[in-house]
Amino acid sequence: MLPDQSQAILELRGLSVSYGGIQAVKGIDLALFPGELACLIGANGAGKTTTLNAIAGLLPLAGGDVIYAGERLNPVPAHKRLAAGIALVPEGRGIFTRLTVEENLRMGAYIRRDKVGVEADMEKVFEMLPRVKERLPQVAGTLSGGEQQMLAIGRALLSRPRLLLLDEPSMGLAPIIVEKIFEVIQSVAREGVTILLVEQNANLALEFSSRGYVMESGAITLTGSGEALLADPKVRSAYLGEIG
Amino acid sequence: METLLQQLINGLTIGSVYALVALGYTMVYGILGLINFAHGDLVMVGALSALQTMMFLMGVAPGMSPIAMLTLALLVAMPVCMMLGFTMERLAYRRLRNAPRLAPLITAIGMSFLLQTIAMILWGRSYHTFPQLISTTPLQPIAGVFITPVQIAILITSALIMVALILLVTRTRVGRAMRATAENHKVASLMGVDTNAVIAMTFVVGAALAAVAGVMFASNYGIAHYGMGFMPGLKAFTAAVLGGIGNLGGAMLGGITLGLVESFGAGYIEDLSFGFLNSSYQDIFAFIILGLVLIFRPTGLLGERVSDRA
Ligand SMILES: Nc1ncnc2c1ncn2[C@@H]1O[C@H](COP(=O)(O)OP(=O)(O)OP(=O)(O)O)[C@@H](O)[C@H]1O
Ligand SMILES: [Mg+2]
Repeated sequence: MLPDQSQAILELRGLSVSYGGIQAVKGIDLALFPGELACLIGANGAGKTTTLNAIAGLLPLAGGDVIYAGERLNPVPAHKRLAAGIALVPEGRGIFTRLTVEENLRMGAYIRRDKVGVEADMEKVFEMLPRVKERLPQVAGTLSGGEQQMLAIGRALLSRPRLLLLDEPSMGLAPIIVEKIFEVIQSVAREGVTILLVEQNANLALEFSSRGYVMESGAITLTGSGEALLADPKVRSAYLGEIG
Repeated sequence: METLLQQLINGLTIGSVYALVALGYTMVYGILGLINFAHGDLVMVGALSALQTMMFLMGVAPGMSPIAMLTLALLVAMPVCMMLGFTMERLAYRRLRNAPRLAPLITAIGMSFLLQTIAMILWGRSYHTFPQLISTTPLQPIAGVFITPVQIAILITSALIMVALILLVTRTRVGRAMRATAENHKVASLMGVDTNAVIAMTFVVGAALAAVAGVMFASNYGIAHYGMGFMPGLKAFTAAVLGGIGNLGGAMLGGITLGLVESFGAGYIEDLSFGFLNSSYQDIFAFIILGLVLIFRPTGLLGERVSDRA
């Protein structure tokens, strides 16, 4: 299925974000098209998390625009962006550790009023993440890192997002778990959800992405198809730990 | 045996009132990490605005039944306190969310003085007789053990309120949003929770409890005064710390425990102090307890690590 390339679902135009006086994101442009899985890679401190948080409305902009489905989102507060269809799985997962697994999932469906639909989506999440289902009554803080990441993704899906922002879902996890998480991400993408994935694990991210953006010190320095970037010698030496 | 039962009844009654006030401290702390020292003064505002309502009603409808009058007084006192709680949060604490921790604390103390001063201007410095609309004539269910109807009313009402609050927080969508916000404002907002509204609601609910507690306190002792919120406020704060600040069950447990310690302690304070102190010094127990808790169990009876909020 070819994604509809006519109109971007998300566009960043000259997006800048500052902490105090220090600019962490320096006027970046980025476009995401419906149904695509794109990734944003870059070294520690490049500004990836800052970019995602700004898209989700957690940070005020120092300049530029966030355009979503043709609409300027700048004045929309974070809690209203979910209703518009943007879900962020934040860096470090953002699990409510003192709530149960089930309560965490229900928080994902907080804005929804269609009970039947929510229950159906719960079942879908359980199918995709059987481990989560086994642990519904458990306090979420007791889950392993991998389980927490699964829960965070499941929770985000329960809002029925059109655009899913994932901030380093592989962080701190064993390779076998990372593989599982990427399987889940792919199956979400297959359902037509547009995904912007931030990763340190550039190899894996680029392999699955149709498009990649490389970020350095707050600016996007390189963009191209996943394959092209994987083959790019600069990318290989800087982010893929290429030996020799 | 009778003395013991009597002290139990007295301790549970006053402890329930402490618990209601402690809940307000603990809910606000749980969600903002802020100790709202002006919370105790809402107890006073609740009592005095209820008093004002009763005086008014006695003037215009002298034949009104006591229960109706008390209900109407509560229906005025609660919204008055709720509005004050809302205003405090909106005008002061919200602006200080990201300020260094000392700033909101000092603001809270200033707010407490402000409320007392306004109350002093409105109601004067004198002690007012608070109409005891529920009888204070003791019943004697067991020979030698006395319980007044107002004590019974306090026990039942506070038990009902506490059960309702627990259900609200643990079983409802709003309660879930409150707990989620308490744990992480940012992530809660990512779930679509309007965290500002949730925080405002926390202040408002706490203020309503304080208003009820104020009416209970004044009904039990028959007196209201612009400074009457200070001591119960301090004790309720102690109760919240004792139970583990930020923890709802802890506030309830802490309030009841403190009430019991005071009531039993008052009976023995003369012996304990070798005749040096009499029972009018019973307030001392609250502060001994506060000291001991801070030294030996800073997280309180049911508390989690305090350090996970900063
Ligand atoms: N809350 C903050 N206050 C001040 N500076 C910040 C804050 N958060 C991030 N920064 C700075 O902004 C820059 C970008 O940080 P950001 O977290 O967006 O990077 P990142 O690309 O996500 O890095 P990582 O891969 O380590 O997660 C860094 O220099 C960082 O030190
Ligand atoms: Mg990051």
